[in-house]
Amino acid sequence: MDILFLLIPLSLLVMVVAAGAFLWAVKSGQFEDMEGPAHRILMDEDDPRIPHKRTADRLKEEDR
Amino acid sequence: MSHASEVRCYHCTLPVPPGLDFSVEIEGVAEPMCCAGCRAVAQAIVDAGLIDYYRYRTEPSQNPEQLVPQALRELELYDRPELQRSFVQGAGDEVREASLILEGITCAACVWLSERHVKALPGVLDFSVNYSTHRARVRWDDRRLKLSEILRAIAAIGYIAHPFDPDRQEQVQKRERSLALRRLAVAGLGMMQVMMLAVALYVGPEQGMEPHIVQFIRWVSLLITLPVVFYSGASFFANAWRDLRHRRLGMDVPVALAVGSTFAASAWATVTQGGEVYFESVTMFVFFLLTSRFLEMNARQRAGQAVEALGKLLPGFATRVRADGTEETVSVADLAPGDRLRIAPGAPVPADGVVLEGRSSVDESLMSGESLPRSRCAGDALVGGTVNVESPLLMRVEHVGQDTVLSGIQRLLERAQAEKPALARMTERGTGWFVLLILLVAGLAAGYWWTVDPGKAFWVAVAVLVVSCPCALALATPVALTAATGFLTRLGVLVTRGHALETLARATHIVFDKTGTLTEGRIGVHEVWSTGRLPDARCKALAAALETGSEHPVGKALRGLAQVHPPAEAQRSFPGRGIEARLDGSLYRIGTVDFVAELPEGPGPGAALQRQAEGLRRRWPDAGLVYLGGPQGLLAVFALGDELRPGAAAAVAALRGMGLEILLLSGDAPEPVARTAAQLGITRYQASMLPAQKLAAIEALQQNGAVVAMVGDGINDAPVLSRAQVSIAMAGGTELAQASADMILHTDRLEQLAVATERARSTLRIIGQNLVWALGYNVVALPVAAAGWLSPWLAALGMSLSSLLVVLNSLRLTLGNAPGPRRPR
Repeated sequence: MDILFLLIPLSLLVMVVAAGAFLWAVKSGQFEDMEGPAHRILMDEDDPRIPHKRTADRLKEEDR
Repeated sequence: MSHASEVRCYHCTLPVPPGLDFSVEIEGVAEPMCCAGCRAVAQAIVDAGLIDYYRYRTEPSQNPEQLVPQALRELELYDRPELQRSFVQGAGDEVREASLILEGITCAACVWLSERHVKALPGVLDFSVNYSTHRARVRWDDRRLKLSEILRAIAAIGYIAHPFDPDRQEQVQKRERSLALRRLAVAGLGMMQVMMLAVALYVGPEQGMEPHIVQFIRWVSLLITLPVVFYSGASFFANAWRDLRHRRLGMDVPVALAVGSTFAASAWATVTQGGEVYFESVTMFVFFLLTSRFLEMNARQRAGQAVEALGKLLPGFATRVRADGTEETVSVADLAPGDRLRIAPGAPVPADGVVLEGRSSVDESLMSGESLPRSRCAGDALVGGTVNVESPLLMRVEHVGQDTVLSGIQRLLERAQAEKPALARMTERGTGWFVLLILLVAGLAAGYWWTVDPGKAFWVAVAVLVVSCPCALALATPVALTAATGFLTRLGVLVTRGHALETLARATHIVFDKTGTLTEGRIGVHEVWSTGRLPDARCKALAAALETGSEHPVGKALRGLAQVHPPAEAQRSFPGRGIEARLDGSLYRIGTVDFVAELPEGPGPGAALQRQAEGLRRRWPDAGLVYLGGPQGLLAVFALGDELRPGAAAAVAALRGMGLEILLLSGDAPEPVARTAAQLGITRYQASMLPAQKLAAIEALQQNGAVVAMVGDGINDAPVLSRAQVSIAMAGGTELAQASADMILHTDRLEQLAVATERARSTLRIIGQNLVWALGYNVVALPVAAAGWLSPWLAALGMSLSSLLVVLNSLRLTLGNAPGPRRPR
């Protein structure tokens, strides 16, 4: 059971790192905008070389 | 009004007027555009290679206000150092940062578009837009690019950027929120770690865990709890100390007492290697309480972000006429009394003053809520913030800045806001007594055990304090309010002040304004009567033709009568009288009866027409009558006026069904008010009321113990909105009304008022249930602790279960059919 003397301080270290990361995120204003990142992911720039179904027909399906 | 083959603009989806042929090639297909503005923006988007915008967007784009070359030149003024000082950081350095607010954003794709477009400009280091508040931060290298170029690029894709100067209060709030989040994070992480270790302590000793391991775990728990108590919990101690100094017993006193003494006792137990440790309870208290405080703070701060800066009411720039007659563009901040200004049609009036030359009509809806512009000529007064509609005016400035009427009203509102009568929160009453009770029981229990088993007395007292901690109690109200507010926001009802829901639930009377609240506040055509010389459809087409290009609300309403009409030639506008134009070779006029009768050919108004006019006036007492005449004589009469909102009747019936007393107080003339009241089934109403009289009426009701909810939209309602215990503004209303109201109906649908009131009452009920449960738990647990039967795991279990139950109960408030996400206007 003496292994706990190593494991517990190790977990403490992880916790400190996690806390530090969180504090950094708060300080750099990442919690100001809660909706933005969700949308940004969907609209990230795809590789323009990837062919996609992007035609006037598809637009007509959507809009009309 | 839509025909089967109606063509809609690809960009903004408004109908394309027939005969127009704007189009932009998007991916090989020529897509139709409704105006030069949409075409310019679409072309800019295509040229920038950002067509993905049309793929991503979920809402139609806003029809871009075409920035006149004049306005574009004005953008250059933003490069001036004096102006930049107020909203640019690092003004004077090479790398500068500025805050902007963007107008015209309708969905997430708009944000994506503007970010991509601006970031692509050489010299822009960073540009990011907040999706919820539409505020942007831009960082650029001033050597390579000027701010005005950035603003111009934003305008090119159809959005308008205003410089934004967050006032001090907002910066304070931001700091507050950031600190609260950090404390919450530390408490949360600490709590999770300590609880894991605590489980080991619950079961370990029975399973033969060695004492040195137990000690180790205890010491580690102590170490982790230290920052939780002293960093995250610092505010409890500070507040409790402040309360004690003022001889008050607030919520923080038992919290500070419980946290402090439990921690101290557990530390003592760790050092002396005896007794019980309650570190997990301590960290749990701190975390739950910080959560509830955080939710409350969020609710409070929402007010500032819901309504955009009022400063936008006054324009940024004005055209000053120098003594020698030449004109210069200056910023409004540089104006002084005595300056002469030229105000173009469609432009807002920059400051209070007097008309020197010119004759036009001015939209004063910001002041009076009336949608019909009033005519103004030399000698008449102008109020800063109102909009000049028809023709250019020359004015002399009388008051600027703090002396303007607008500033005066804002100050009045701020003062009224501070004195606002609010009902006390349910939880704050009796807190002091609760605290005393706890302390008494703790003291009694300790005293009893002291006589029986002194060693146990201390631990029993600690146990009592542990269970007494008002965790669930503190969570009871904020969680319920947050859940209800979230539901209402999705419905389109924005709650901007914390007390609004609780007060709305207790409302006994509800007072409506008429124009703009119960009615649309827009001019529509009620009825058309033709003399028979020409068919109805032809009359409508002629009227629409005469009103092409008119900015007047009456003109806009008439334009909507027909989609297809002959082109108007030689169009001339006679302010205050009407419009004349040549259509299909003949001269036609539309406007007042005298103006139309002046046409060279055709007989004047006959008896039949008089009777018809009177009939129309009887049917629509508040309508304005507009006549159409041509070579055949008088052709038709149009009755125009304000229409009742579609949901008004249903809303009033629903609210009455909930037991509220409905009143209609309006500044309009008696007949229209009586008619509206009759249509809605309102028996208590009064007309021709001045704002001061409305205020007096509400105060009279309040003196009889009524809780008054007021629904309004105009600035003239603003002082009254502040006086009512809870006030609701329409989103289509003036910005000042929205800023002073406690709730805003974003979708302008009155039926949602009934839903909101119902939900507010549920909220109060659920808060009551939460409080009963929280107190019940305390009442049951207290004797258990006093009898010495409480162990750490029992305390932790009880606390987390009670908090969980409160939260789950509150989540019931998010249930229900909120119609899918509605785009606020």
